[in-house]
Amino acid sequence: MDEMTLVDWSRLQFALTAGYHWIFVPLTLGLAVIMATMETLYVVKRDEFWKQTAKFWMKLFGINFAVGIATGIILEFEFGTNWSNYSWFVGDIFGAPLAIEGIFAFFMEATFFAIMYFGWNKVSKKTHLVATWLTGIGAAISAVWILVANSWMQHPVGMEFNPDTVRHEMVDFWALVLNPVAISKFFHSVFSGWMTGAIFVIGLSSWYLLKKRETRFALASIRVAAVVGVVGTVALMASGDSSGIHVAKYQPMKLAAAEGLQDGGPQAPFSIVPGVEVPGMLSMLATHDFNGYVPGINDMLNGYTDAEGNVHLSAEQKMERGKTALKAFNDYRALRDTDPVKAEQARKVLDENVEYFGYGYIDSPQELVPNVDLVYWAFRVMVGLGSFLLLLMVVVLWAEWKKKLEGMTWLQWVALLSIPLVYLAGQAGWIVAEVGRQPWVIEGLLPVKAAVSSVSVAAVQTTFWLFVAIFTLFLVIEIRIMINAIKQGPKISNK
Amino acid sequence: MITYEFLQEYWWFLISLLGGLLVFLLFVQGANFLIFIAGKDEDQRQLIVNSTGRKWELTFTTLVTFGGAFFASFPLFYSTSFGGAYWVWILILITFVFQAVSYEFQAKQGNLLGRTSFRWFLVMNGCLAPILIGAAVGTFFTGSEFVVNKNAVGNIGAPVISQWQNDLRGLEAVGNPFNVEFGLMVFFLAVCLGALYLLNNVSHAALERKLRSTLKVFFLLFLVAFVAVVVQVLLMPGFAVDAEGIVSMVDGKYLTNFLEMPIVLGLFLVGAVLVVVGIVMTLFKKGYRCGIWWAGPGTVFAVMAIFMLVGYNGTAYYPSSADLQSSLTLANSCSSEFTLTAMAIVSLIIPFVVAYIAYFWRQMDKKSLTTEELNHSEKY
Repeated sequence: MDEMTLVDWSRLQFALTAGYHWIFVPLTLGLAVIMATMETLYVVKRDEFWKQTAKFWMKLFGINFAVGIATGIILEFEFGTNWSNYSWFVGDIFGAPLAIEGIFAFFMEATFFAIMYFGWNKVSKKTHLVATWLTGIGAAISAVWILVANSWMQHPVGMEFNPDTVRHEMVDFWALVLNPVAISKFFHSVFSGWMTGAIFVIGLSSWYLLKKRETRFALASIRVAAVVGVVGTVALMASGDSSGIHVAKYQPMKLAAAEGLQDGGPQAPFSIVPGVEVPGMLSMLATHDFNGYVPGINDMLNGYTDAEGNVHLSAEQKMERGKTALKAFNDYRALRDTDPVKAEQARKVLDENVEYFGYGYIDSPQELVPNVDLVYWAFRVMVGLGSFLLLLMVVVLWAEWKKKLEGMTWLQWVALLSIPLVYLAGQAGWIVAEVGRQPWVIEGLLPVKAAVSSVSVAAVQTTFWLFVAIFTLFLVIEIRIMINAIKQGPKISNK
Repeated sequence: MITYEFLQEYWWFLISLLGGLLVFLLFVQGANFLIFIAGKDEDQRQLIVNSTGRKWELTFTTLVTFGGAFFASFPLFYSTSFGGAYWVWILILITFVFQAVSYEFQAKQGNLLGRTSFRWFLVMNGCLAPILIGAAVGTFFTGSEFVVNKNAVGNIGAPVISQWQNDLRGLEAVGNPFNVEFGLMVFFLAVCLGALYLLNNVSHAALERKLRSTLKVFFLLFLVAFVAVVVQVLLMPGFAVDAEGIVSMVDGKYLTNFLEMPIVLGLFLVGAVLVVVGIVMTLFKKGYRCGIWWAGPGTVFAVMAIFMLVGYNGTAYYPSSADLQSSLTLANSCSSEFTLTAMAIVSLIIPFVVAYIAYFWRQMDKKSLTTEELNHSEKY
């Protein structure tokens, strides 16, 4: 293997932080809905049992929440520490959602989290219930804004390049917020959180069933979680479908990588695993039309004409125009103070080619292809596990409906052992989204290698290993504490 | 008329406000520093941890929002300082990361490292975070070694616009005594605020006595650092920027700024007086526990004035000592007019956010925290 460069280490560090962050966040999103539903049942039914049930899951929520916050702050500041060029080049657009996230969502979470935990005897029952819901809603609102920011990286809209300030500048705030990619990404991420929360609760409750203790608590928890989980996962799949359409439209290279599609065309097949294909299915999924044109990797590298007759440039041509844009940029910057006429000419050339600005940094067409094997398999892991987990929740819900769950030891085992799978599916999803976008940090605009900070490789290596140690330590401690809390159990009578 | 310049100054005002609130909320750090100094037994330590434990997320969130707001309004600072002073920011982050998990982990079974270790993480964050943040703000007066060249974007092989000029990546700031004094001043202030907050929030006779004597010591330390810093600020040359954006060194720039901006001077003096009044009343009036309500707002005002001092009146707020013309000013580092306008509209929600935080804070803190309460309700 070639020696890893600064960009590789910086990406690895960001991936590490984001990956760890995404262990804790989906559980926060999903468990919030489940325990708020339980507390609602307590307030409505006036049954102390539901209060104790909600309180037990809140305890686990809190342990998990803290580590999510810890990894989150690093993520925010890493845009500056490790991607400083990015921070300037698109900070005018990207900074806004992060600030809004803080003002709107984080304060809400922080304030109501404290009430949820310590306010049982300090505020009224109803205020407490509202606080619990607002903690979860705050988490979901924070997801809105960070995903608006992320979606803009996948499909940049509402901005214009300004060579005088040397950055992209926002020209349409609502285009950014209502970016179609952002909308499906928000639902896809939040509902994946519901699935995570549901599997977590079902799995752990199954452990109580296997141990034949806290039976009433376990079955009640399973009922709430399975309903939330099934609803969430159906919505997850719907948003996944619209995500697929967006990827086909805005990031065809990511789609081709996820399918390992070298040569595309109309009636493109969908690959289940290598060698097993469903004819025309990819066209159907990507364009909702069996005859829809889906370009393959080679088509995109060599240039192609799609079904509507639109001509797509080859990689070489895009790189050529990117180099032209960069040269025009340099000319403009050199001449703008001394020769306004020539500067204006350079500006015109820049404007004509600015769409390909990022391609100017690319050295060879092969750089434009992400890691196909990784994206291909990550996609299969995500979809495969997601489908399995939906099936599992439906079966669990059915079994509980028929009052058979308590006796079905095998199903309880399957549910318990499925807890790691939901995390694997979530991580795989982000690998598809982020590795599939390579080499771009912002699709088509800025490659990762032009976005990275000018820090020494040794410094990033040091912080990378430091974070590996710290996050792993936290994860181990969190799991140990959770296991202890679970073993102690909610201590609710079975009456 | 809302001009681009107005928006830049408005956003600097918000940054100043967030900076002020952040330093006030560092009472959490200051109080945590006292876990072992003031907390003489398990009951007392538990009270301190649980008292700050109900506020720490506000401090943490303010830090995150401070970062986000700086990113949105002055992205060149985000790019230059975070990417440049790498080690300082990473250190600050790490101390906060340990703090974030320590509350939840410290008293739970299975926490691997034991209760004392996690409390030491809180103590560490309690002293390092204020010192480092303070020292970083100190460089707003003394400058840092960086060069900004926006033309670099056109250089395919080396497109990074901000380049730090030394390998210490921000740690060199401690080589300048002013930055160290600034950091210590913020730290001593945080401890004073922490003691005032605990006196207000916790009810425990022995702990109160110890807090009052600790407050006395840290107040004296704070006064010494404060006077040293203020005298130097008034005497030092400052980084001025003219209408064309040319940066130059001007003798007595900060003194001039104070004199030319009487509102800022007034804000600073009122702030300083409130801090002193809050502490002195607590020290000399028996049983007085409302010092934090004087010193807290006082801190917000004084810190706001300091930010305004370095940002307004033709001053480069993040100066470069390596290349004067690379210094960051409000005009050359801010977001576009469109973004500042959009964010200005967003900012109108801030009073509402502050109001609901204040409302629920009151709801939660009607009664002082006691060991009795901790034994009968949820606790860390």
